[in-house]
Amino acid sequence: MTTSTKRKPEQIVDMSWDPITRIIGNLGIYTKIDFANREVVECHSTSSLFRGYSVFMKGKDPRDAGFITSRICGICGDNHTTCSNYAQQMAYGVKPPKLAEHITNLGEAAEYMFDHTIFQDNLVFVDFCEAMVKATNPGLLTRAERTSAPRGAVHGFKTIADIMKAFNPFEGEVYKEALKVSRVTREMFCLMEGRHVHPSTLYPGGVGTMPQPNTFTDYLSRLMHVIDFVKKAVAMNDDVFDFFYEALPGYEEVGKRRIMLGCWGAWQNPDVVDYRYATMNQWGKAMYVTPGIVVDGELVTNNLVDINLGLRIMLGSSYYEDWVNERPFVTHDPLGNPVDMRHPWNQTTVPVPQKRDFDGKYSWVMSPRWHHPQTGEHLALDTGGGPLARLWTTALSGIVDTPYVKATGSSVRISLPKGESLPETTLEWRIPKWSNTIERDRARPYFVAYAAAMALQFLEEAMGMLRSGDTKVYENFEVPDEAIGCGFHEAVRGVLSHHLVIRDKKIANYHPYPPTPWNASPRDIYGTPGPYEDAVKGQPIFEENGPDDFKGVDIMRTVRSFDPCLPCGVHMYMGKGKTLSTVHSPTYGASHG
Amino acid sequence: MSTQSSTTEERTGIDEIHILWISEGMSCDGDTVSLTAADQPSIEDVVLGLIPGLPKVNLVNKVLSPSLGGEDFLAPYRAAARGDLKPFILVIEGSIPNQRIIDGEGYWTSFGNDPETGQPQPLNWWIDQLAPKAFAVVAAGTCATFGGIHAMAGNPTGCMGLADYLGWEFRSQAGLPVVNVPGCPIQPENFMETLIWVLQHAAGTAPPPPLDHMLRPQWLFGKTVHEGCDRAAYYEQADFGKDYNSPKCLVKTGCWGPVVNCNVPKRGWMAGIGGCPNVGGICIGCTMPGFPDAFMPFMDEPPGATLSTLAVKPYGAVIRRLRGLTNDMVNHEPKWRHNKQKLTSGYNPHYRP
Repeated sequence: MTTSTKRKPEQIVDMSWDPITRIIGNLGIYTKIDFANREVVECHSTSSLFRGYSVFMKGKDPRDAGFITSRICGICGDNHTTCSNYAQQMAYGVKPPKLAEHITNLGEAAEYMFDHTIFQDNLVFVDFCEAMVKATNPGLLTRAERTSAPRGAVHGFKTIADIMKAFNPFEGEVYKEALKVSRVTREMFCLMEGRHVHPSTLYPGGVGTMPQPNTFTDYLSRLMHVIDFVKKAVAMNDDVFDFFYEALPGYEEVGKRRIMLGCWGAWQNPDVVDYRYATMNQWGKAMYVTPGIVVDGELVTNNLVDINLGLRIMLGSSYYEDWVNERPFVTHDPLGNPVDMRHPWNQTTVPVPQKRDFDGKYSWVMSPRWHHPQTGEHLALDTGGGPLARLWTTALSGIVDTPYVKATGSSVRISLPKGESLPETTLEWRIPKWSNTIERDRARPYFVAYAAAMALQFLEEAMGMLRSGDTKVYENFEVPDEAIGCGFHEAVRGVLSHHLVIRDKKIANYHPYPPTPWNASPRDIYGTPGPYEDAVKGQPIFEENGPDDFKGVDIMRTVRSFDPCLPCGVHMYMGKGKTLSTVHSPTYGASHG
Repeated sequence: MSTQSSTTEERTGIDEIHILWISEGMSCDGDTVSLTAADQPSIEDVVLGLIPGLPKVNLVNKVLSPSLGGEDFLAPYRAAARGDLKPFILVIEGSIPNQRIIDGEGYWTSFGNDPETGQPQPLNWWIDQLAPKAFAVVAAGTCATFGGIHAMAGNPTGCMGLADYLGWEFRSQAGLPVVNVPGCPIQPENFMETLIWVLQHAAGTAPPPPLDHMLRPQWLFGKTVHEGCDRAAYYEQADFGKDYNSPKCLVKTGCWGPVVNCNVPKRGWMAGIGGCPNVGGICIGCTMPGFPDAFMPFMDEPPGATLSTLAVKPYGAVIRRLRGLTNDMVNHEPKWRHNKQKLTSGYNPHYRP
């Protein structure tokens, strides 16, 4: 909140955007904006799609789960397959061969590189490109034309405006190059997982990918061709974002919310992981992105068991019947800890399509929360769009120490080798002061670098195994009559967990929790808003247009900074605002039941 | 943006066309994402007018739209629904839900709002408005073509494919049926090729694309996975992988390739890389009208394969051994290749037949 010295009489206008463009899925954002005080006073986020995965998966063969759940998402489906296989491996008691882990890790690294690149450069950055800035903050563009880019030696652009021009949609040179890079990185992905976006070679128990020398050299040569693009992307992003802070004092307030970040960890360490629930805390901490929950800048836990037990799926504003009076599927976890009725293991999804009512039920998204064992709060964690939480928990935990990536306790150091034109480079991402729009976006190219660096390590280890003749990639298993499993992974845009219950060798219950329900959730039963709602509400407006030709670019930047992926949604409708009132009205917020 | 150069020859085709893409079926947006993977040609090639013989193309797609969203983005769709924007090609992505099973108000999936009520506008309304006015209607991906994953047994939404919804006898303004490009997701080039063909047809430079009885492009879906698979020879020799460690035929471990219409193993996924059975992934039939139910559980041997693999066994086993013998023979060099004093190649300068 910006607390200006004198508040003028409110001039509240209803503004909404529905559907939101340049994201995946259906999202609408509905706001009330006070143009007199240039501030968003209320925000609702709604998703208008229900498909019912957890409904139609019941009774199916559990081995099909990875193939089916991939179809949840059209940009990171492989994250689902991977996560599902993690959960199944726990349920079946099977550990894939090490080489299979490397191949999966390489596939996921390529996915992070592809997805973050296309999202940042072709979708998010349109909000920061010359054409958009000209239409929303012409004064800022004039200044950008006069401001030289501090990192020009790396990326080759003279002024900040030159960088902005390079991102103009379909015409700017970086925009076009990013599309090409997004294809090369997808080719890398296909070498490991067969096809994009729904992989064909991932199975519970391992992979079907044939580990041949060219499998890895084809990947490596492509990686080396994009490594300089990655270094330039970090430099360009840093220049533009630093300029925004400097040219628009107070921009750090845009999209700022309390630091409540969750990360469920990425890339298993093949030497440590065995997929047993009993040892989950150990192998979770050995992942190459450290799982954890950070609240107000402090690390709450790194333990996947704690993370799992704290999950609560709340209702309140969603179109579903409650399930608390059903019989639970899982009363205790394999370690004997009690499992809550609101845990995904015990969830039953009963859809009730109905009218949208912002004072009542208004979204197909539920409200995942994390129950803080010490304070008892139900925290509306966010993922910071993925990279921000991943870098934050990894940096703060200080566990990751690999040849190319090192966590220091306050930062993450990433070393990238020499490329076609740029020398060997060490990048350092430092924990920022805020969890806000700019920092969510800034973290993204750094994580592309992180993924590229980890891929180099996985390649070296995989090639070493291959040359020693160790080429096993799949381990057989039997589906047990009864079992439970959970998988924890990082989808591109953040936390992903799958929760599986098997009875009579069939799926009795299956609930995936992707990042977007966390980020895009509506107000829960306690009235706590979800992260989009919370980040947009109270943010200042920097756009120079008034209500008549208002574009809402600052709001859109905030929403997109979370990397919405709503085949799970936010809606805003745009255009001539409807003036609600110009009289004094109480602040909005707590009036939601 | 380039403009169409006017040629001297007479053309009755369309000079400029909109592509109105709606992925608000029950979709994952995977087909839009897949489209951005195409490189031959790429979507930016088409939009920037690099491909000769096409109309000027205005692509309107939520994921790629430079607009901020909302009404600004919806304007062309609203204009088309009013009949004020033509010609346009309607592309639908995602399964089509059954709105009729909902009692009272509510929706399964929506696209923008109804301006009268402010309530979400169900996808079905848009299809009803736009499909009859479209120059051509294209269904992108298996969800839109046949219903796909969300239409599997036990689904709560009653969803279906676009032709199931519009009727298989539906014809667009150009007299075309729904053009179905299945795939979960679409193979990038398969889709681009089909789109280019429809665009060329719009420009008057090509006949309508040839479609089969399921309205799929004949040249893409006329053969089976098996017919293009580089592991098919193992099948002929009755040499089957027993688990996924094997580089051999996957039919015993769940591959449906012999009976699935799809060209992916032949074509690869991108730039000839990847695919399914050719790179170790079982074919789960994702391009087919029967997907997914007919192919589940995916990791078990298809029922028909039990018989066919048994039938091929005696032949395959004999042939494999005979080939082994011949292979051994041709692995030897002839004996006249040596470094001795005497030439033994049979050289005879005065040879007469």
